[in-house]
Amino acid sequence: MIRWFESYFENSLAIRLEILDSIWETLYMVGTTALIAGVLGIALGIVLVVTEDGGILENQKVYSQLERAVNAFRSVPFIIMLALIAPFTRLLVGTSIGTTAAIVPLVVGTVPFYSRQVQNALLEVDRGVIEAAESMGSSPFEIIIRVYLKEGLPSLIRVSSVTIINLIGLTAMAGAIGAGGLGNLAIARGYNRYQTDVTLVATVAILIIVFISQVIGNYLVKKTSH
Amino acid sequence: MIDLEKVSVTFTNKEETVTAVNDVSLTVEKGDIYGIVGYSGAGKSTLVRTINLLQRPSAGKVSVGEQVLSDLGPKELRKARKKIGMIFQHFNLMRARTVAGNVAYSLKDSGLSKKEISLKVEELLELVGLADKKNSYPSQLSGGQKQRVGIARALANDPEVLLCDEATSALDPKTTASILKLLKRLNQKLGLTIVIITHEMQVVKEICNKVAVMDDGRVIEKGNLVSVFTEPKAELTYEFIDTATHKDQALEKLESHPALLDLQADDQLAAITYVGDSTKAPLIASLYAKFGVTTNILYGNVEILQQTPVGNLIVVFSGESRQQDKAIAYLKSKQVKVSQLKASRPASIVQQEKIS
Repeated sequence: MIRWFESYFENSLAIRLEILDSIWETLYMVGTTALIAGVLGIALGIVLVVTEDGGILENQKVYSQLERAVNAFRSVPFIIMLALIAPFTRLLVGTSIGTTAAIVPLVVGTVPFYSRQVQNALLEVDRGVIEAAESMGSSPFEIIIRVYLKEGLPSLIRVSSVTIINLIGLTAMAGAIGAGGLGNLAIARGYNRYQTDVTLVATVAILIIVFISQVIGNYLVKKTSH
Repeated sequence: MIDLEKVSVTFTNKEETVTAVNDVSLTVEKGDIYGIVGYSGAGKSTLVRTINLLQRPSAGKVSVGEQVLSDLGPKELRKARKKIGMIFQHFNLMRARTVAGNVAYSLKDSGLSKKEISLKVEELLELVGLADKKNSYPSQLSGGQKQRVGIARALANDPEVLLCDEATSALDPKTTASILKLLKRLNQKLGLTIVIITHEMQVVKEICNKVAVMDDGRVIEKGNLVSVFTEPKAELTYEFIDTATHKDQALEKLESHPALLDLQADDQLAAITYVGDSTKAPLIASLYAKFGVTTNILYGNVEILQQTPVGNLIVVFSGESRQQDKAIAYLKSKQVKVSQLKASRPASIVQQEKIS
């Protein structure tokens, strides 16, 4: 068994430490991006929900501008986005190459998608419940925190886990600008150097990360739903 | 307590302007249970939402208590809303909070301590009869229980007014009755002023002391319950009352089964309405004794409205036609309303004449 593994996965074994590094890099990119894009996405999602027609802070102008921006950014293919915002990245972190530099396009690529998801999740909160809160004298801020976010929590967790899985896919693409991580490993090592076993190992590692995020997501949804 | 002065609400979109509420003036006194009845689309839900300004009127003035709500800034308005409870057709409870959490929702910034809040919540749940469901989630409750939570929640800030927007329309008749009983009790015990929006005259009949009938954004008739019930003026009011007393169903049945009627040459079909004291005398029996007119009762119904009995009968008079006329005159002299029904088309009731 061990010998079989050694003979088929000799390339992977040779770069064991590099694989561990790649896993760490992927987790770092996903984690940091999720944190930053999470805050921004939830904020924008809330703005979309409350400024919408019939929302608690209805504002046609803000809503239509924001919606247009979200749609535009969502339409740009991520691989092009990487190149497109490279100057901005350089301005922000000093370089456009490397793991930390990848976080800028990852955030820009994730926020529009996530804010739309947040919007949909919060729209699932019954309009009648919002009205009830208004009738009890709640302020718009109170309604956002104590009704939208609290009542919409299970949906928010659900869309967050979808977004994280999506984000893991994007980190693989960010490998194209030398971001490192499992995606880079699979392409630069496995594919370009004909070390198919490395590609396989990288894929399995990504699948495991996706699987774990999904399990955690489902658990939390279940735990917060009543 | 509540004063609506020439309130109008219009909705404008690209194609058209819809007037949901059209120049409505209404006064609700302290301690009233005021019923507003109308078909869906009549504008009654919009009207009730103007009372706490969930719907800002396009014109007119809304006052509750001493305050003119339409003049208040956002902050004062929110404060005023805490003193106006509201319950809804679909309960609108927060799924993520327990029963106690829902009731406590609006007490957060009330200045009460945690312990005081929890005491208050228990008191309120006791009041609506749900003390044992404190830690349940709304999804574990029946419709009637959910509405009780809604009521407890609406009363959390000791409001003087409770608005009920079709609060029993999603409930079965038995649960409806128990919720109405609870509302009545709250009205008597707390002196709560209640406004009830409904499409069921049954509900109004059960607990209201005043009623307004709405149609197409306007209040077409309003007043004291007993007088509106016994002397309705508008056609639509008739319709609602007949539904509530099931007279419409009875007439329909008679119409579709002519055999039930079996009218002879001189017979006539009539509807009889009597109020209060005249219910005590055995009038029907005396018709035969005095005039030789037999009265065949096809349908009967007695309602108690605000402690006043109101009776409705559908009868066939037979006997000599002159004697019949005398008998009818006699009934009228006893404060009983008699209206002849055309057997061929009973629904179009001949306008009842008013007896003084």
